Amino acid sequence: MTVPPRDTVALAGASPRVLVIAKPSTRQVIIAAAIVAALVIPFVLKSFFVFQLTLVMVYGLAILGLNLLTGFNGQFSLGHSAFYGIGAYTAAILMEQLDLAYYWTLPCAGAVCFVVGFLFGLPALRLQGLYLALATFALATAMPQILKFQPLEPLTGGVQGIVILKPDPPPGVPLDPDQWLYFFTLAVLLMMFASAANLMKSRTGRAIMAIRDHPIAAATMGINTALYKTLTFGVSAFYTGVAGALGAIAIQFVAPDSFTFLLSVSLLVGLVVGGVGSIPGSLFGGVFVLFVPNIAERVSTGLAGAIYGIILLLVIYVMPSGAAGFVRFAAARLQSKGKPR
Amino acid sequence: MELLLQQVLAGLATGAIYASMALAVVMIYQAIDHLNFAQGEMAMFSTFLAWQMLQWGWPYWAAFVGAVALSFVGGIAIERILFKPIQNAPILSQLAAFIALYGILNSSAGWIWDFNIKSFPTPFGSAPLFGERLIGTHQAGMIGVTLLMLGLLYLFFRESRLGLAMRAAATNPESARLVGIRVGWMIALGWGMSAAVGAVAGMLIAPVVFLEPNMMLGVLLYGFAGAVLGGLSSPGGAVAGGFAVGVIENLAGTFIPYVGRELKLTIALVLIVAVLMVKPSGVFGRTVVSRV
Repeated sequence: MTVPPRDTVALAGASPRVLVIAKPSTRQVIIAAAIVAALVIPFVLKSFFVFQLTLVMVYGLAILGLNLLTGFNGQFSLGHSAFYGIGAYTAAILMEQLDLAYYWTLPCAGAVCFVVGFLFGLPALRLQGLYLALATFALATAMPQILKFQPLEPLTGGVQGIVILKPDPPPGVPLDPDQWLYFFTLAVLLMMFASAANLMKSRTGRAIMAIRDHPIAAATMGINTALYKTLTFGVSAFYTGVAGALGAIAIQFVAPDSFTFLLSVSLLVGLVVGGVGSIPGSLFGGVFVLFVPNIAERVSTGLAGAIYGIILLLVIYVMPSGAAGFVRFAAARLQSKGKPR
Repeated sequence: MELLLQQVLAGLATGAIYASMALAVVMIYQAIDHLNFAQGEMAMFSTFLAWQMLQWGWPYWAAFVGAVALSFVGGIAIERILFKPIQNAPILSQLAAFIALYGILNSSAGWIWDFNIKSFPTPFGSAPLFGERLIGTHQAGMIGVTLLMLGLLYLFFRESRLGLAMRAAATNPESARLVGIRVGWMIALGWGMSAAVGAVAGMLIAPVVFLEPNMMLGVLLYGFAGAVLGGLSSPGGAVAGGFAVGVIENLAGTFIPYVGRELKLTIALVLIVAVLMVKPSGVFGRTVVSRV
């Protein structure tokens, strides 16, 4: 009896697909194709559409932040509009008061949100489910009012908000500002999506998901649940805060009433539609959040809310676990059709 | 002291609104184990139905009973048509369906009856009680009706077979089905009852806040806050929580500097969260013990 080399045994035990490392997986091919398409699009489409796609990416990033917390860690939040708002205001204030370059505002916004999110995660440790929803909801309703708060007006501009200038492409780059912003956002998006995917594949990611699946078992396995939960809150806020900063730069304007509870609801809808616990699904959620209200508005102005609701219901009926779940289901169907079972 | 007493009374009067909404919220929570985000819009729609009947010349109590009955049937219909097909979908998907229902009800009410505010009559009159301006007969009537509903629900769940079956279906669907309870219909019944309680709440609230499609948004949020503060597993707690939210909100607006009308909701919520820190399942709620 010949003993196979050790590596093969380990790999075969893990998953048969790991052995074909040389051939790229379907997933990798799809991601590569999507990136190529994303690079070509701004040269083909009109600049307003390019701007809208930039916003899709911004929302996708914000939804990814929510997904890290809700989808992967199982903590429910209705307060992500607040983190988005904090990110947007951090960027705007830094650009307005300190003349900081727009690209430096992203890490700053992320850092501020990380700290706020981490701190908010501490009391959230005591609360679960709907009680946590209420606490985060309190954060969401507080945010616009804090931003309008009289003593802070010199900084935040009060009800009027802050107007910021659109960044120009660096000298020598033959792009118009919309295209430049698109590519800038795309770069940030790719970097952050890749980081999130890697984080979730790591030991830390498994710990985060173990807490979602069974907190008591996770604690028994030696996972510091309190630390991981608060850190996930921080990281989630970081992502949404960076998205907020990008959104502020793209829209060139921040005002308190853009960051109400309704934004949290939109992000939540995007999360569900894209697929809870799916990283690429977040981007689909961004598409839904940006385009469906516009479509509903175009069908009928008076009944826009009803049309939006009906579209949302249809999407949930067709894809109860979001776009990501639907794709997974369809792929499994296609694969099992080829082979006899 | 005079001011404090006045503000507490005024707080109780607004608290009655929140309490009746909180009661409806807890009702459906007990039946389906989720919060219904469209609850306020369902109540608003019921109130519009009652208003329409009044416009047709029906007497008040006929319209009242008609609206409650229609809401009961409507609540069951919503469960059967919209939510039964997705009962196995993940919780968050069901939550998004609530948001969809919210949009549909809000926007179609605006489309059918337009967004102008309408006045809604009160059966209790609006004369001041105790000869002061603080608390009128309508507010007193509202408090009375809320407490009456609470008592009836308590008796229903405590003493009737059907109430027992509904509680069984909510706490342990599997076992309930094994002893012959039709769990699906119990859930539908829970929707119907919560819609009916919501309709009563809506008709009591409408004379105070005026009738229009967005009238319930603020009320619902306060109602949720009250329900969570009191504990979602306890209808009595929810009513107490609703009153407490009204009082806290009013006192915060009066006695904490810098807090105007705008910031008092925030203050109330922060205080509630602070209470939840100490009692994570609400003041009167049962703590859920999980078995490993």
